[in-house]
Amino acid sequence: MDSTWAALYIFLLAAFTGYEVISRVPVILHTPLMSGSNFIHGIVLVGAMVVLGHADTPLEQFIGFLGVILGAANAAGGYAVTERMLEMFERKPAKPALSAEGQKSKAEAQTQDAKR
Amino acid sequence: MENLVQLTYFGTAALFILGLRRMSSPNTARSGVQWAGVAMVVATLVTFLTPGMGNYGLMILALLIGTVAAWISAKRVKMTDMPQMVAIYNGMGGGAAGAIAAVELLKGDFDSTGLKALAVLGALIGSVSFSGSLVAFAKLQGLISTRPIQFPNQKIFNMALLAATVALGLVLLPTNFGLFILLFFAAALAFGVLLTLPIGGGDMPVVISLFNAFTGLAVGFEGFAIGNAALIVAGTVVGAAGTLLTLLMAKAMNRSLWSVLVGGFGVEQDQGEVKGSLKPIDLEDAAVMLAYAQKVIVVPGYGMAVAQAQHKLREVADALEKRDIKVEYAIHPVAGRMPGHMNVLLAEAGVEYDKLYDLEDINPEFPQADVAIVIGANDVVNPAAHRKGSPLYGMPILDVDKAKNAIVIKRGQGKGFAGVENELFYADNTRMLYGDAQGVLGQLVQSLKKL
Repeated sequence: MDSTWAALYIFLLAAFTGYEVISRVPVILHTPLMSGSNFIHGIVLVGAMVVLGHADTPLEQFIGFLGVILGAANAAGGYAVTERMLEMFERKPAKPALSAEGQKSKAEAQTQDAKR
Repeated sequence: MENLVQLTYFGTAALFILGLRRMSSPNTARSGVQWAGVAMVVATLVTFLTPGMGNYGLMILALLIGTVAAWISAKRVKMTDMPQMVAIYNGMGGGAAGAIAAVELLKGDFDSTGLKALAVLGALIGSVSFSGSLVAFAKLQGLISTRPIQFPNQKIFNMALLAATVALGLVLLPTNFGLFILLFFAAALAFGVLLTLPIGGGDMPVVISLFNAFTGLAVGFEGFAIGNAALIVAGTVVGAAGTLLTLLMAKAMNRSLWSVLVGGFGVEQDQGEVKGSLKPIDLEDAAVMLAYAQKVIVVPGYGMAVAQAQHKLREVADALEKRDIKVEYAIHPVAGRMPGHMNVLLAEAGVEYDKLYDLEDINPEFPQADVAIVIGANDVVNPAAHRKGSPLYGMPILDVDKAKNAIVIKRGQGKGFAGVENELFYADNTRMLYGDAQGVLGQLVQSLKKL
């Protein structure tokens, strides 16, 4: 089996992984999730860096340079936006009255949400 | 050194998947994105160790420009503008994938024609995502009209342009002419623009989500082209996840992906007859109505987001709860501009998320509600969706018309995104409270305190 086929199998498995991981996410997290997955494809930055690193002509260098800027913006901006959205889901310290039991039943309610 | 780099990419891919998984619960979501963030930083740093590279000065300069500019603008932007920020950063990712492909095509040394074909396909998808996302950003930011932009024979023209782009891509496989590469990218970018222009603002969330999946796929394909497993795994995971998310969003709006892409929603529709009249109510009366209710259901929409009224809404809810009135929030799957948009804003205001109910859970509750208060929501509460022939027909809606009374807080008499007259507003038990949501809710708090 040559490496192209191995790569295609990686592609297949990764596609199923993406599908499975998302299908468990409750509706309330859809916006942060879209933003989070937007951040994750910011890994394109790494590819752009490698390409710029191997660029020879000025034209290749210019396009590679643009690619790294765009990739870095995707990664950094995607992270900052996602982080800001999720910050709001942190439990507020102002609500310590919530008992451990209450937390548990909430968690259960969410798992049910996720199942639906 | 090569092994260290590969090992890091392997760990990065694992952390990305685990991070996405942790985002599936509100309690672990933030740590999920932080794990992924650490992985991204380490992978970026380790990439400098890749053997045989040059241009380090340019690389560091580009990294600094992209990171600093995006970081600052992402931190400064208002929460309501988040959807377009997702759009623009996503577009940049697509552009980066396109840039990778452009350099590889200029170099022209691919191991096989199959890999070159993937690079070309990734370039096409990435370029469409890039220019399309920029148009989506411009529409949501109000730089261009959110109304669908149409011209005669648009669909035929777009299809022809797509066919021409694909043909140019095929020509690139056996050849290596710079001019063809240029034409190919120009055609792909133009197609992205023309694809997005006819789509109305209301459908933008679906489109942004679709472009997000596109960028993921493009990144995955470029990963094949340059032999980078981290790009293949992360890109493909996002491509699959993004596609599923897009279909979920389209389904929640009762729109097929195809009809979204064909565009022109809300143009030249038969409006139907609307009976009754708009009946305004003043603040004091609204406050009394709320104060003597036993159960109140709040229906937030985009208007609340625009007015940044979530904090004032929370104060109103607190004032009502002090009177032992039960307050629940009805969240339509596509209220606002994106699924979960309302949840994010209400969470910002400190509303506990067990008070937020999905459409199926809250709809049976409306007949028991004394007052349903609609804040800047329109199409998602329009009973016309139950009537055949309405452009909204079939879209699941919140049954506000079944509540004993409804108060609609609205800035003016304009129509919703769909451009359809809202029959709820003309119903006998509906009262209109005109004004900016933040101001109106602030005054309501004062009136409630005086009662």
